[in-house]
Amino acid sequence: MKQISIPDTTKASLDRIAAVNKKLNAIIYLDREKVLKEAEGTRRNVGGIATRGIPIAIKDNICVKDEPTTCASRILKGFKPPYDATVIRKLKNAGFITVGKANMDEFAFGSSCETSCYGPTRNPWNLEMIPGGSSGGSAAAVAAGEVSMALGSDTGGSVRQPAALCGIVGMKPTYGRVSRYGLIAFASSLDQIGPLTANVTDCAALLNVISGHDEMDSTSADLPVPDFTKSLVKNAKKLKIGVPKEYFPEGGIDKEVEKAISKSKDVLKSSGAEIVDISLPNTEYALSCYYIIAPAEASSNLARFDGDQYGLREDAKGTIEMHTKTRTAGFGDEAKRRILLGTYSLSSGYYKAYYLKAMKVRTLIKNDFLQAFKVCDVILTATSPTAAFKIGEKINDPLSMYLSDIFTIPANLAGIPGISVPCGFTKSGLPVGMQFLAKPFDEETLIRTAYTFEQNTDFHKKKPNL
Amino acid sequence: MKNFEVVIGLEVHVHLLTQSKAFCGCSTKFGLPPNSATCPVCLGLPGVLPVLNEKAFLYAVKTALALNCQIQDVIKFDRKNYYYPDLPKNFQISQYEMPLAHNGYVDIEHSGREKKIRINRVHLEEDAGKLMHDEKRGLSYLDLNRTGIPLLEIVSEPDLRSAEETSTYLQNIKSILLYLKVSDCNMEEGSLRCDANISVRPKGENALGVKAELKNMNSFKAVRDALSYEGRRQIDLRKKGEKIAQETRLWDEAKAMTAPMRTKEETHDYRYFPEPDLAPFTIERVEIEKIKSALPELPQVKKKRFISKYKVSEYDANALTRDRAVSDFFEETIRIVDKPKEIVNWLLGDVAAILNERKIPIEKAPFKPAHLASILRLIQSEEITGKIAKEVLQGVFDTGSQPEAIVDKKGLKQIKDAGELSGIIEGVLTENKKSVEDYKKGKKNAITFMVGQVMKKTKGKANPQKVNEILRKKLGSQI
Repeated sequence: MKQISIPDTTKASLDRIAAVNKKLNAIIYLDREKVLKEAEGTRRNVGGIATRGIPIAIKDNICVKDEPTTCASRILKGFKPPYDATVIRKLKNAGFITVGKANMDEFAFGSSCETSCYGPTRNPWNLEMIPGGSSGGSAAAVAAGEVSMALGSDTGGSVRQPAALCGIVGMKPTYGRVSRYGLIAFASSLDQIGPLTANVTDCAALLNVISGHDEMDSTSADLPVPDFTKSLVKNAKKLKIGVPKEYFPEGGIDKEVEKAISKSKDVLKSSGAEIVDISLPNTEYALSCYYIIAPAEASSNLARFDGDQYGLREDAKGTIEMHTKTRTAGFGDEAKRRILLGTYSLSSGYYKAYYLKAMKVRTLIKNDFLQAFKVCDVILTATSPTAAFKIGEKINDPLSMYLSDIFTIPANLAGIPGISVPCGFTKSGLPVGMQFLAKPFDEETLIRTAYTFEQNTDFHKKKPNL
Repeated sequence: MKNFEVVIGLEVHVHLLTQSKAFCGCSTKFGLPPNSATCPVCLGLPGVLPVLNEKAFLYAVKTALALNCQIQDVIKFDRKNYYYPDLPKNFQISQYEMPLAHNGYVDIEHSGREKKIRINRVHLEEDAGKLMHDEKRGLSYLDLNRTGIPLLEIVSEPDLRSAEETSTYLQNIKSILLYLKVSDCNMEEGSLRCDANISVRPKGENALGVKAELKNMNSFKAVRDALSYEGRRQIDLRKKGEKIAQETRLWDEAKAMTAPMRTKEETHDYRYFPEPDLAPFTIERVEIEKIKSALPELPQVKKKRFISKYKVSEYDANALTRDRAVSDFFEETIRIVDKPKEIVNWLLGDVAAILNERKIPIEKAPFKPAHLASILRLIQSEEITGKIAKEVLQGVFDTGSQPEAIVDKKGLKQIKDAGELSGIIEGVLTENKKSVEDYKKGKKNAITFMVGQVMKKTKGKANPQKVNEILRKKLGSQI
């Protein structure tokens, strides 16, 4: 076996970025010299850890000390956090080399990575296509081999959907499994940081590093973290996999996607799993519920971007005028749309009809899942109703864009973990992803199921031609 | 002409005396260099999350229990959204629909009458920063040291009927907070602030009148002055048949009047919603009972006990119990020397004067209960005179030494030896022939002058009774 040094793996990553990133626009910030220096330091100082030297890309909404962290928004132009997010601290301690910030939809608002102020990221499998979003840069960077792994954030599918559309593995851990400290909030009750990796084994390894209670995040769970690599077993025996009928609506899912999922069920069956039909009756309300709660929280979370302390500041006479001008110039259309939606639904007189109602529906959706998990261990769905679509195709049609997350959103509302794994290709060669969902804090079953499927298929071995 | 009554409800904001802020580890110390007690969390930088200060929460529960409130089973926080430069996140973490506690009361005694002032709610929130405006240069400065300091809001029902009554209520709240040691209640430093809702109505009517919200009252005097002014203003308007505007008014200390806030106030929609970054939590009943049973004796109860046990006057009992440290000092001294009346006189008289003059609280003074007890014993055993005792008191404050040591060192011991006094008195008589003549002519008060001369010679150490006695005898024998 050939041994490679840490600076060499880093250099390989940097060279690959130099070669393909112009086409992809997946990495939006990179300080090559700094990365190489860091790699040299890690070689010398971090010993005996399996993960040391792994190049990893970080979604641009996760704070890395002294590096631009902008959420791909003009309003955070020039902002360099004076602190590391908890996940970054953990990665650094484990010897990872953070190579650059990955592109995303502005403030993670989007499913196509087109709303970034740095321009869209392109799908490595077809450069005319979107990579999915909002963690599109992270997904494309891993799919194109620019980095081995990436971190994304998933509020309504933002890790799983781009992973599916780029043919890689993406996981949204249980809400509370990974600290959100240092993740620039979109919707605090839904956000969760998750790994994007080339395969399930890497996913388990990265999840091991980033999981665990953090006293800086009151919503992080004070629970022991299992060694997720122990769940990398190729065995689906006694596994009961539920297939919810609501996730295969007539005309609501692409035929090719449906076919790939159908074949995948057979793969799992032949590896010993039992497939059962289940129902999640409140699924149809998930999207509307999400588009009340998420923008409401976002409207409050994004209030701090006013030009006072950091980021963009437009010239103006008084404070109010400066705030208004800064926010007008700083936020893109989708951000403004969501701020307006959220402000509206929280306004007095509307709060009960919208926000409070949505919170009640959220409980119903969560209960659906808890009921379902009484009859199955894991739930199987398509990650997204379609494969990647064309850049520009849906950008002016927000509702059709929102539908891209229809299968991933319920897991965020319920707080349960979900993973997307490659499960086929369309005729035109675009990847298709399959999603598994499990009980809160049962990422182990997700990993076991995903690993078994992966080891019985070759989809993860195919690489895009760039 | 109808008689009107004033109706007042008070919102008290108080800084809790925790070492660190409500949701981060920054210092709460007053007077640090601007923006030095800040961190990413209280600066509201992107990506940060709040973590509740457990001590702030416990202090809040303690206070609510002392105000006879019911504590909520589930504790949750809400976001109050509004844009202001002193609020870096542009929302304040507060408690809206479910305050930490509600339904309490405070007993007050006003013009000899006892009254219950109901508390509507008590809730915990974070303070905002401080803006300072330089009007000349047209610049504003922002100090975020205060941002995130735990703030307790205590809202009364509209049960107060006069400026004086409101002042008494505020004084009682302050005493309770000081007793609990949860706040320093320093109004000058802004750790105790209040706003009032004030309206007037014809006596006997139940419906409330249109209220004004009164702000910028930064001292007890300001509270009294502002509320009496505003009450009078509203009554005058009503008597003239004019309408009262619902508005926010500011107390102008210099002009001694209230005026509508200059800036046009927007109608605020705070868009409250549950704070998603802080998970709701429960507090066990047993835990609450534990805190309740550990509460100290509160001022109202202590006052009544002092009156019945030590037979002090109501006025003195009030003065003694206003400050827990003073009441503790009082009782500790009694434990050493059982002279309540004398202790009260010294504590509220000379001791209070010195503390006031030196601007130190009694608990920080070098003067301790044992010192006062010693002074009282020295007086009782006629080792020193009352006049000398005052000098000894100053000495203790200056040096922290024992009173006996000061007496010895300075030679302040009372002169009561008849022989020694006789000698001194002889001298005075020979030096003051005229006074002796006057006395003999019947000017009996000439003796007061001569006693004074003796005291002067002995630097106040002579026993006044003995001097009088010997003097009379000598003057008599000279006749």
